[in-house]
Amino acid sequence: MPDIVIDGKKVEAKDGEMIIAAAERAGIYIPRFCWHPRMKPVGMCRMCLVEVKGPRGFALQPSCYVPVAPDQEIVTTSDTVKKAQDGVLEFLLINHPLDCPVCDRGGECPLQDQTFGFGPGESRFVEEKRHWAKPIPINPLIALDRERCIQCARCTRFQEEVAGDPMIDFVGRGDHTEVNIFADKPLASNFSANIVQLCPVGALTATPYRFKARPWDLDVVESTCTACAVGCRIAVQSSSNRLVRHLGVDSDPVNHGWLCDKGRFYYEAVDSPARLTNPLVRKGDEFVEVSWAEGLRAAADGLRAAGASVGVLGGARLPNEDAYAWSKFARTVLGTDNVDCQMGDGLPAEAVLGLPRATIDEACSAPATLLLGPDLKEELPVLFLRLRTAALDGDTKLIELTPRPTAMSEHAVVSLVYRPGEAATVARALVEKSDQDSRLARAAEALRGESETGEGVVIVLGRPSVAESADGIVQAAAVLARAFPGAKFLTALRRGNVHGALDMGMAPGILPGRVSLDEGGAWFTDGWGAVPAQRGLDTLGMLQAADQNHLQALVLLGADPINDFPDRALARRALAAVNFTLAVDCFRNDSSRHADVILPVAAFAERSGTTTNLEGRVSRLSQKVTAPGTARPDWMIAAELALLLGGDLGFDTLDSIAAEIERLAPSHAGLTPRLTTGDGAVVPVAARGKTSSNGQTGEQIEVNATFAQGETLMPENDPDQGETPLDRPPSASDPAEGGRPPLLRFTPPPSSRTPPPVDAYSLRLVSGRRLYDHGVLVSHSPALAQMVSEPVLRANPYDLDQVGIKPGQRARVKSPRGSLLLAVHPDPAMPRGTACLDVNLPGEGPAELIDATAPVTEIRLESVGGAG
Amino acid sequence: MLTDAPAIVTARLGQPESWTLRSYLDKGGYQGFRQALTMTPEDVSKEVLDANLLGRGGAGFEAGKKWSMLAKPRPAYLVINGDESEPCTFKDHMLLEGDPHQVIEGTLICAYAVGAAQAFIFVRGEFALGLERMTAALNEAYEYGAVGQDIFGSGFSIDLVVHPGAGAYICGEETALLESLEGKRGYPREKPPWFPAVKGLYSQPTIVNNVETVSNLPWIVQHGGKGFAALGVGRSAGTRIFSLSGHVNRPANFEIEMAKTTFRDLIYDPALGGGIRNGNELKAFVPGGVSAPWFGPDQLDMPLDQDAVGKAGSMLGSGSVVVMDDTTCMVRAAWRITQFFHKESCGQCTPCREGGGWVDKIMRRIELGGGRESDLELLLDVCDNIAPGLRWPPAKTTICVLGPSIPSSITSALKMFKDEFLVHIKEGGCPYA
Repeated sequence: MPDIVIDGKKVEAKDGEMIIAAAERAGIYIPRFCWHPRMKPVGMCRMCLVEVKGPRGFALQPSCYVPVAPDQEIVTTSDTVKKAQDGVLEFLLINHPLDCPVCDRGGECPLQDQTFGFGPGESRFVEEKRHWAKPIPINPLIALDRERCIQCARCTRFQEEVAGDPMIDFVGRGDHTEVNIFADKPLASNFSANIVQLCPVGALTATPYRFKARPWDLDVVESTCTACAVGCRIAVQSSSNRLVRHLGVDSDPVNHGWLCDKGRFYYEAVDSPARLTNPLVRKGDEFVEVSWAEGLRAAADGLRAAGASVGVLGGARLPNEDAYAWSKFARTVLGTDNVDCQMGDGLPAEAVLGLPRATIDEACSAPATLLLGPDLKEELPVLFLRLRTAALDGDTKLIELTPRPTAMSEHAVVSLVYRPGEAATVARALVEKSDQDSRLARAAEALRGESETGEGVVIVLGRPSVAESADGIVQAAAVLARAFPGAKFLTALRRGNVHGALDMGMAPGILPGRVSLDEGGAWFTDGWGAVPAQRGLDTLGMLQAADQNHLQALVLLGADPINDFPDRALARRALAAVNFTLAVDCFRNDSSRHADVILPVAAFAERSGTTTNLEGRVSRLSQKVTAPGTARPDWMIAAELALLLGGDLGFDTLDSIAAEIERLAPSHAGLTPRLTTGDGAVVPVAARGKTSSNGQTGEQIEVNATFAQGETLMPENDPDQGETPLDRPPSASDPAEGGRPPLLRFTPPPSSRTPPPVDAYSLRLVSGRRLYDHGVLVSHSPALAQMVSEPVLRANPYDLDQVGIKPGQRARVKSPRGSLLLAVHPDPAMPRGTACLDVNLPGEGPAELIDATAPVTEIRLESVGGAG
Repeated sequence: MLTDAPAIVTARLGQPESWTLRSYLDKGGYQGFRQALTMTPEDVSKEVLDANLLGRGGAGFEAGKKWSMLAKPRPAYLVINGDESEPCTFKDHMLLEGDPHQVIEGTLICAYAVGAAQAFIFVRGEFALGLERMTAALNEAYEYGAVGQDIFGSGFSIDLVVHPGAGAYICGEETALLESLEGKRGYPREKPPWFPAVKGLYSQPTIVNNVETVSNLPWIVQHGGKGFAALGVGRSAGTRIFSLSGHVNRPANFEIEMAKTTFRDLIYDPALGGGIRNGNELKAFVPGGVSAPWFGPDQLDMPLDQDAVGKAGSMLGSGSVVVMDDTTCMVRAAWRITQFFHKESCGQCTPCREGGGWVDKIMRRIELGGGRESDLELLLDVCDNIAPGLRWPPAKTTICVLGPSIPSSITSALKMFKDEFLVHIKEGGCPYA
C-alpha cells in the first residue's frame, strides 16, 4: 500500500488505484466528468488534471489515468491546476446550450455543480454555438439532446463495457462529435436507462420522467428493488406523494449502482389508475365495493366454511414480515400447510433452502461458476451484469449448462447444451471425468481447477424452462453437489421476494427460518401454539386437488395462477371448481375474476418492511408514498382475519413481527433491525459473520458473539446413497442455542421420472421469461408495457425445413395439451430438436401447451402455408 | 549549399516502373535484407543505433533507441506508419507509390531486428495509387520469397499486411493508428500506460516506424551504420527528404544531407526550390510541418538540423517546409492551418475538441471583419488553455499532440505579424482580399 502525498497531506493509497480515487477517499475531491469508479478510465474530459511530480518537476496529469506510486507528490490546488480546470470548464460550456431552466438535470447536474465549484464564472465565447436537432428518441425510454452532451463517453462505455450492448457510440469527429445510436437501430438494451443516471449533464433524459419534477422538489428514501430477486438497492423519489423516479444506489455486494430498465421504471405501476382501492365482494356476477369491515367479514366467512380444506397460493410479492404473518396465519388459524409462494415455475423449497448458499460476490470471484438456470439477462438482469463483468474482467470461468443459448453463452468458457429433461444426464457426464468430449473435459477441468472437491466453485441454480419439470434440474443439482462438496449454490429464482417468502415458510413442509415441518414442528408448536401435523400440497397439488373438488377454498396472495402457472387449463379448472376464493392483491387479474372477495393491498414504496434477495440478503423496504384508497399491508389483513376467525397472530406492528421472526425463525436468529439497513445482511447472520471474519466476502456485519462459533460442517457423504443429506449449511443453532431446530439440509429426492425417449417427429419445448412480459409490473407501467414483444417460436432452421415451414410463415404448434398458431423464427443458434417459446407474452403461449405433470413438453409443428 | 551525399531513399524514383519487383531487383533490391539475414538481429539493431537514424515521422526519436525499448512480452508487432496526412507533407506518399519494395525491404529488416511476429503497413486510405502499388509489391514479394515462411531459406518467417486507413488525420498519431488497426475509432491512447513499445497493438509490445525511416534500413545494412552517421552532423545524421511547398518556383521533394544545408539553400538554390515565385520577397516559412512554429527571413541561414531548429523554438517535424511570400495574408494563413486542425481533431479530449473550434471561429471573425482588439489576448489565452506554454514535451492538457499543434500557427502569426491582425480589426477585414 503506497503512501502518497496530496496537497501536503499523507494519504494511504491502494495498490493500482488511480490518483483521483485515492484522493477522494482522503476527502480531497478532484472534479471530473468522464471518470466513473465502476468503469475503465478514458481520460477524455481532462477536468481532473492535477500536478504530479515527475523527474522534470511538477507537471499536469489526468488523475483518473495515473495510478498511485510510492511517495508520489500531487498538487490539486495550484494556479496551474486552477487554470487548467477553468480552461476545461470554459471549453465544455462554449457549445453547451445553458438551458438549465428547462433541463431535467438542472439542480443535480455535475456540469452545473462543477462550474459552480471550479469554473471561471463567465464565458468569453461570443460565437454561434453548435446546433443539433433535439431531442431525439434513442429508444422508447430515453431522449437524447446532443447539444447538452459533453462527450464524456460514460454512456458509450456503460453499454459496451458493462451491459455488452454497444448500441450507442460517437459519430463524427472534432467539435462535431455527437453521441448517437446507429441508423434505425434503437438502443435495445435491458439496461439502457443506466446511461441516463450516468450522464453528467441533461443530454440523456428518461422519457417517463421528462418535465415531471424539479430535483430539489423530490423526496427520497433508500429502498430495495423488488422487480426481481437480485435486490438492487435503489433511491425511491417522489413528488407530491407520487413516485417519479428510481435511481440505482451503489451497493458493493449487490448492484454496483446499476438497475435494469424494468426496475427503474416499474414505479409507474404503483401509481396506476388500475390499482385496487377498496375491498370488493362478489354480488352475483359483479364485484361491489364494500367497507373493510364487510370485506373482511365476507373473507372470514368464506374461509371459516372451508375449514382446513384451503390452500394459500402466492406470497413472493410480500415483504418478509407480511409473508411471515400469512405463513403463521395459514398454519395456526386456517390450520393448513397448503401454502406455496411459487407458481410451479421455480424449484422445490428443500433445494433452495437446503443447499449450501453462495453470495453474488462469491459467484463473481469464484474460480469457476456454473450456470444452470434461466437466461439471466432476461430474468435476473443485474446478476447478469455482475457475472458478465466477473467473466470478462475477473478470473472467473463461466460454465453453462443450458437447454438453449443464452445471453451469457458468449462469455462462457464452455456452454453445454442439454436436451430438455436431460440436465442430470449431462451433469453426470460432466462429473464422471470422461475425456471423451473435449468440451465436457474443459468444463470439468474448469470446475476442478483449484480443488477436486470444487472448493470455491459456485453453481447458479434456477429453472431454465418451465416446459420441463423441476425434478430434472434438482437431480442435476444433486449430481453436482455430490461431486463437488466444496461448491456453493446461488439460487436464481426470479420473483421479487420469493427467497424471503421461502425463508418465512411459504412452502409446504417448510416453517419459517429454513426448517422443515418435521424437524421444526415442535419448536413452532411451542412458539405458535400449533402447526399442522401433515405436510401440505404445493401449487400443482393444490390446483389438482381443487380440480378434483378436494379443496374448498383458495387464497390468492398476489398470485395469478391462470397467467403464472405453466399449465393454464389446470389453473382455470381449479379456480372454477373451488367454493370460495379470496384474492389479496394490488390489481385485479385473470385469476381474481373468479374470486369471491378481493382485498386491496399496499404496493411497493407504500409500506415498510424487509425483503430477501437470492443470496439470502435481508435489506430494507422503505415507504415513500401513501397507498391509494384504503389499501393496506398484507400482514394487517392476516392479523384482522385471524381475529375474525377466533385466532390471534400476536403482533400489531411491523417491529413486533420482526422481533418474533428473529426469536423464532432459526435462520434469522441475531438479525437485529440495525443489520438490515444499508446493504443489509446475509442470513444466517452468524455463519456469514464468520465468513466475513475470514475475509472471504468482505462484508462488514456486526456479529452476535453467541452465534459466531457456528461452524461450517461438511459431513461426509456416501456418493452412492442418494438419500444422504449432502451438506449441512452453517446453522445459527449449531452447536449452542438449545432448542432451535436445525436448518434444513438438502436431501435429493428419489430418482425422478425419466423423460420419454426422443421422438424424432417432435421438438422439446423450452420456455423462459422475458424481462418485459405480461406480468403485473410491466402491464401497469405504460413506459414498460410498450416494450413487450410478440411471442415467436424459435427453432433450428433444419427442424423447420423438415416440416416444410418457410421463414416468415406461421405454424401450427401442437402438444397433447393444446394447439396454437404462432409466428416462427428460424434461429441457427438453437439446438436441433428443441424449440423456444417464452411464457407470459401477449396472446396464447406455452401455458396452453404445457402439462405440469409431465417431465418435458413435446410439441409438433405443422406448416399452415402462406405468409405470416 | 548542396553536398555530394548519395540519394539513399530516393535513388530509384523516376526509374521506369520503379515500383515493380523486376526494377527493384535490377537496382540491387533486397540485398540489404539478404545481408541482414546473415547477421544476428542484435547486430542489425546495433548498426541502426550506430547510424543515429532519427525517426522521420515528426517526433524525431532515434529509431535504434526505440527498438531497444521494446518490452519483453511476446508476441511483439511491427507497424509501419504510412498515414501521411499533414498538409504540405508528401514524402511517404512518393515512397509508397514510387518504391514500395524499398518500404517492404525496410519493414522486413526492422521486423527481423526487433523479432516481430507480424508486421502491418498502415497506408493512408486516400493514397489509392500507393495502396495499389504497395499491395501489388507485397504480392510480388511473397511470390519472390522475401515475405512469408522461411524467407530465403534463413528460417526467419514474417507476414506483412497492407492496411488502408479510413480517412482520419489523427490516425497518423501512432496510438490512434493502433486503435484504428484494431478496428476501433481512431482515438489516441493515454501515455502512459500506452507507450507502444510497452503496450501497443492488442496490448502487446509494438514498434511503430515511419515509412521513410524504414526506407533507410536497406542502405544502412549495406553501408553500415557508421557510413550513415558520417553523413550529416551529429544527431542529425544521414540524408532526409524535405517536402518543399508554397510560394517557391520548384515545389517538390528533395533528399538532401541533413544539417549541412540551410533553409536558404533549400528555398533559393536553383537545384532545389529555385527561389520565390515572381521574384517576391520571403515573408515567413514553416520549417517542419504545419504544426511547427514559423520562422522569418532572419532564420534562413539556420541549417536543416533537428536540434538547431528545436533550439530556435520550432521543429523539423515531418520535414515539410512551407514558404509564404510577401503577398500572403498571415491571418488567413494561420486561420487556414487552424481550420485543418479543428476539422481533424478526433474530439476525444475537451481542450482540443472545443478549443480548436473556438479559435477557428475567432480567426474567421478577424479575417472576415468582425475582429475586436480583445480577441488577440483571448486567442493567446485560449491557445494557452489548449496547450499551456507551447513547450516540449507538451503539458498533458490533451491526450496527444494534435491539441498542442493548434496554437503554433496562431501564436507564430500573432508574435511575428501582430500589426497585420490590428489592420484586419481596424479596417474590418482582410487588406489582401
